[in-house]
Order: sequence, then C-alpha cells, then structure tokens
Amino acid sequence: MNGVRDTKGQAAHGSVRSYLTGLLLALVLTALAFWLVMVAAAPAPFLFPAVLILGVAQIGVHQRYFLHTGLSRDKRWDLVALALAAAVTVVVIGGSLWVIHELDDNMMPHAMGATLDEQEQGAIL
Amino acid sequence: MNSMLEPVPAIPFVQAEAGEPHDTTGTAAFGFWVYLMSDCVLFAALFATFMVLSGATAGGPTGKDLFDLPNVLLETLSLLCSSFACGMAMLASARQRVGEALAWLLMTALLGLAFVGMELNEFNHLIVEGAGPRRSAFLSAFFTLVGTHGLHVSAGLLWLVVLLAQVKQRGLTETSRGRLMCFSLFWHFLDIIWIGVFTVVYLVGSMP
Repeated sequence: MNGVRDTKGQAAHGSVRSYLTGLLLALVLTALAFWLVMVAAAPAPFLFPAVLILGVAQIGVHQRYFLHTGLSRDKRWDLVALALAAAVTVVVIGGSLWVIHELDDNMMPHAMGATLDEQEQGAIL
Repeated sequence: MNSMLEPVPAIPFVQAEAGEPHDTTGTAAFGFWVYLMSDCVLFAALFATFMVLSGATAGGPTGKDLFDLPNVLLETLSLLCSSFACGMAMLASARQRVGEALAWLLMTALLGLAFVGMELNEFNHLIVEGAGPRRSAFLSAFFTLVGTHGLHVSAGLLWLVVLLAQVKQRGLTETSRGRLMCFSLFWHFLDIIWIGVFTVVYLVGSMP
C-alpha cells in the first residue's frame, strides 16, 4: 500500500499465489462459520466465541493476503494506523456494551412481559 | 503462465523533477488508508449501536425469525470473490496488462453488483414482511449498519465504473494505477467490514 513502487525491489502487490491462498483460507473460514451455525447447531456457549474467532481470523487473512499488511518498512505506518483504529474500535464497541449493560442492570424492573404502552394502558383503565 | 506465480518485479524508481514530491502514489495510498481507518471507526459506532439494540425487538420479529442464512452465505461469497478479482486486477495493473486488468475489474464489478442486488432484495423482502427499519430498535440498527455498508459498496461500484471507463480510454497511466490502488484498498476494507457484519449480525443473530 505505501508505495506502488517498493524501493527494495520486491513485489509490493503480492502474487497470484498469495491471493489464491488468501481466497482459499477465507473460503474455509467462511464455510466453517456458516456450517457451525446452520448445520452443526452446537450449544451457544461454544458457538458464540467460535464464530467470533473465525471472523477475527478471516479479517487477519484479508489483512495479510489481500491488503499486504506487515512489518516491512513500507507497510509499517499502515499497521500503526490500523492499530489505532482497532484500539478505538475496541473502546467504542466494548465500552458501549459495558455501559449499556450496566444501565440495564440499574433500571427498575418492569412488570412481567408488559411493554410501556401496556403499563400505561393498565394505569388508565 | 508460470511467470504468473512469481512476484512482480518492482517498477523502476523514477527520478522526480526538482521541487516535485516523488512517490505521490505511495503518499496518496497511505492517506486513503488513514481515511479508511476513520471509516472503520464509523462502522465501529454502528456495530456498537446494533449490538446494544440487538435485543430490542419490541415484540416483533427477531434475527432468528428473519435471517436467511443461505442467502447471506451467497452474498458473502460474492463479495469475497469480488475482492479476489480486485486483487487479480491489481496484479495485472502492476504488470501493465490493460486487457487483463479491465477483465478482472469487470469481474469485480459484476460480483459487487450481485452482492448489492441480493441485499436490496433481502431488504425489500423484510420491509414487505413488516420487518422494516421502523418496526423495532433492533431493525432500525440492522438497517442502518447493513445499509451503510451496502451504500459504501454501491458508491464503490460507481467509482469502479468510472475507473473502468478511464482505464479503457487512457490506459494504465500512473494516475490510473494510483486510483486503482486506492479503490482496491476501499474494496478490501469493505469485505473486512462485511466479515464483521455476517459474523455479528447474521450468524450470532441466528443462534439459538
């Protein structure tokens, strides 16, 4: 990415082989994730982290084989930018989940199964 | 065909004129990458919103009721193969093979169009069933997140069509190749976001 030209004289774009490897790995990870949910119907406590891990793994595959993210001098700053975005993502998502979960915990319990409308109607009648 | 499997030799470094920045393509690509990172934060916010509201179904249909996983798998495969085609196009572009690059870019566009078509069909189906974005907070968040991704893909398709026309007309100039590089970054990024979408929205949403 950082330079169509690579001053070291190596490929900045990868090769057919690397793209094919990436595609194959991504296909396997996708198929596995869908199979687990659609066919295997494993218990949720296993399924949930399994699917997430497969997703993260596939993102890694995309980064490495399609986007050529790496530690080489040309790619390093791309990785730094990515790391920052990833950190912000974790905070935004993780933080939101935590905050709202705490909020939910601290809310007064509603009447069983009643929505707010039903409760108000009950009060009027 | 054997040569296709070897890494591409680097394009010889061109001497810049006095006062002109060299390797502007590299700078542009990096700048575009930083933009994509900001886009990533946008999607993070939409993901956070969806995840927080995924249980707020207001007595209406849940993900499990609505999601058609075979269709989602098809969408996923379309976008993935589209990304691969884009990679092939970039290889051809680096080797100055115009015809090949155009062919792969066309493949990229067609697969991307298939994705958008399937998604529009899915959205239409949901709305007709009464599960539109106004039905519940869950559905509002769903349509916003998945819709925003779909809009990005659509915008990318528009950009790709323009690039196809430019490359066809002017060939693989340095400018064209630079733009293709930025487009390919965009396209791969959208596929990565989609991984997040099908995992967190569809697969998790379809679990018992």
